[in-house]
Amino acid sequence: MTRPILSTRGLCKDYGNGQGCFDIDFELYPGEVLGIVGESGSGKSTLLATLAGKLAADRGQVRFLDRDGMAHELTCLPEAERRRLARSEWGYVTQHARDGLRMNVSAGANISERLMALGERHYGRLRERAGDWLDKVEIGADRLDDKPSAFSGGMQQRLQIARNLVTQPRLVFMDEPTGGLDVSVQARFLDLTRRLVHDTGIAVIMVTHDLGVARLLAQRTLVMQRGRVVETGLTDQILDDPQHPYSQLLVSSILQA
Amino acid sequence: MTLMIDAQHLSKTFILHQQGGLRLPVLSDVSLAVAAGECVALTGPSGAGKSTLLKALYGNYLVQAGSIGIRHDGQWLDMVRARPDQIAEARRHTLGYVSQFLRVIPRVGALDIVAEPLLEWGWSRAQALAEAGGWLARLNIAERLWHLPPATFSGGEQQRINIARGMIAPRPILLLDEPTASLDAANRAVVIELMSEARRRGAALVGIFHDEATRDAIANRIFSVPTARLEEQAV
Amino acid sequence: MTERQWQYNFGFLDENTKRMLRRGLLKAVAIPGYQVPFGSREMPLPYGWGTGGIQLTASIIGKSDVLKVIDQGADDTTNAVNIRRFFARVTGVATTTRTADATLIQTRHRIPETALCEGQIMVFQVPEPEPLRTLEASEVETRKLHAHQEYGLMHVKLYEDIARFGHVATSYDYPVLVNGRYLASPSPIPKFDNPKLDRSPALMLFGAGREKRLYAIPPYTAVESLAFEDHPFAVQRWPHVCALCGSGDSYLDEIITDDAGHRLFVCSDSDYCQAQRTLQEGMA
Repeated sequence: MTRPILSTRGLCKDYGNGQGCFDIDFELYPGEVLGIVGESGSGKSTLLATLAGKLAADRGQVRFLDRDGMAHELTCLPEAERRRLARSEWGYVTQHARDGLRMNVSAGANISERLMALGERHYGRLRERAGDWLDKVEIGADRLDDKPSAFSGGMQQRLQIARNLVTQPRLVFMDEPTGGLDVSVQARFLDLTRRLVHDTGIAVIMVTHDLGVARLLAQRTLVMQRGRVVETGLTDQILDDPQHPYSQLLVSSILQA
Repeated sequence: MTLMIDAQHLSKTFILHQQGGLRLPVLSDVSLAVAAGECVALTGPSGAGKSTLLKALYGNYLVQAGSIGIRHDGQWLDMVRARPDQIAEARRHTLGYVSQFLRVIPRVGALDIVAEPLLEWGWSRAQALAEAGGWLARLNIAERLWHLPPATFSGGEQQRINIARGMIAPRPILLLDEPTASLDAANRAVVIELMSEARRRGAALVGIFHDEATRDAIANRIFSVPTARLEEQAV
Repeated sequence: MTERQWQYNFGFLDENTKRMLRRGLLKAVAIPGYQVPFGSREMPLPYGWGTGGIQLTASIIGKSDVLKVIDQGADDTTNAVNIRRFFARVTGVATTTRTADATLIQTRHRIPETALCEGQIMVFQVPEPEPLRTLEASEVETRKLHAHQEYGLMHVKLYEDIARFGHVATSYDYPVLVNGRYLASPSPIPKFDNPKLDRSPALMLFGAGREKRLYAIPPYTAVESLAFEDHPFAVQRWPHVCALCGSGDSYLDEIITDDAGHRLFVCSDSDYCQAQRTLQEGMA
């Protein structure tokens, strides 16, 4: 029986005005893609940031299992240790590329940064790996020296994926990764992400307001409303047989493909 | 005779919160057991809950009462109480499902779609693709289509891709929702042959078959899904 | 020796300010390369003219010190002349242009060619003490990066240099790792001078007046210039020798001599150049 890579118990982040996330319990297994679905203000991005330690939790536990099988309690982890995990074990893909990329340095440097942070000091090898990843995310190694500001929105998001996956993290947080993309561009991003996640076996926690996005990527989905998880289950079960009134509302508002 | 499915006292009522909490009872105290090598055809009038029962067995629909035993990896797994990761695991290795419609994944070619379950079984890519090619050929999918995403294929072609994907991994249980609905006679015969082969290797099959010819050709038993009582319908 | 102007306290700064600075310097020496904040004072010259260096010099200078001030290697440029005269007036200490004779050397943009020795102190004028600043604008964030020794970002800059120019084009203010721990700016000295920082017998002090930071490299501290394995650190070399003294191993300035574009390469270190020439005349 494999152990969960991440598990939470009673996790709370309370902004004091009814906003935040409350009493979150779930487990995430290695290689699993978990969708967190809900409308704006439902607390899903707060939950993600709290899990990744970007926000301090008010109550509860988040336990993370690193690649050596060591358990870490993230809510009381020293900052230095958290940053080490963030460098070597996690990735974080943001909705806005400018929050997740260095817009004023080249694509190659963007991909290489995490490798260099982990101690790689060979320029030739850095370039080779950055080029490989640009090919993998369908940008093309010939764009190695171009800055992300010269890229389209879809390419920027794919560059974020490359920048995060280059160090082979075990868990990637994604916050509305397709939020700013056209529908046609979305499909390409989702398919690529799906394939890379499948090939690399990383676990993903992805926040999205779009159940259609969850359908393509996530095996399992949490539905959030007003800071709480109102329903959880296999994504196809939530789509085909939603139980909670809010899940039913969400499902009924999906455009039929 | 090895029992593969042991579902007992299943009840399922849809509650439509969007329509003022309208309650639609579909299954009421339904029990069904299927042994290895059997093929059970679900029958009953339209809306009787054939599809609901099939989807409940797959863990796609949730039931309010009862238990669904699935023999997975030599042990009984109750799909009603199993954790999502256990259900996902059971689907990968034990439960195959052929739906009526293909859920298209953008940009993925037909061959890759069919090969995917084998890759999850740990087959090498080359082996999986070779096997997938064999299935597509048997199901009369022209080779020029193999690398195209099936979004633009005809209904019959999509259904055959779906059948190949659902049946390619030799899972011990197969759930089939009108697998031959949009096929011509020749392809229907191929699918019936594929299902018979699955039975011969000891798989337990549960299916909904729209035409009697197919049902008679493959099923050894008929299970008539009882109509639920409309006792609690909202006013 | 210039008569000290009695109207000013010794070294211009009041004693409490000097004590505050010394306390900061002790901390800086204890944590090589770490930037210590200090309360920078108004000085009788504008920011950017060496107010950080002047405050450090003022806080450590003693009556028996011999002061040398250079700007771009030369003792006779405006900045150097004025700072030297300033300290002569407010301290009355002896001044010199000879590196070997000086106990205290305030500098802008160079380290003398003559090897430094134990007991000497270099004071560097620093415009921007934070080597990560051009890459990360937030002080909160750069302090975190230092705290957690996350210096991948600095290599991003070097990577970009190589990607764009084929080599690390940063030729001055070339980032260094001090004592294997803190990333530091060596001040805008040419990278030619970086190797002189490594395990130098002299004490190196750095002051940034506008940014209100000071830091130090104690004697015999390891100072490593960042590089890639396949693009190792290298200093500038010239195909020329100094047109005045014939030196082939000093840092050369290019001087345009006429409108036709004729050029001359001469030592940037005026004292060193002079000494070389005196030596040659003596031998002749």
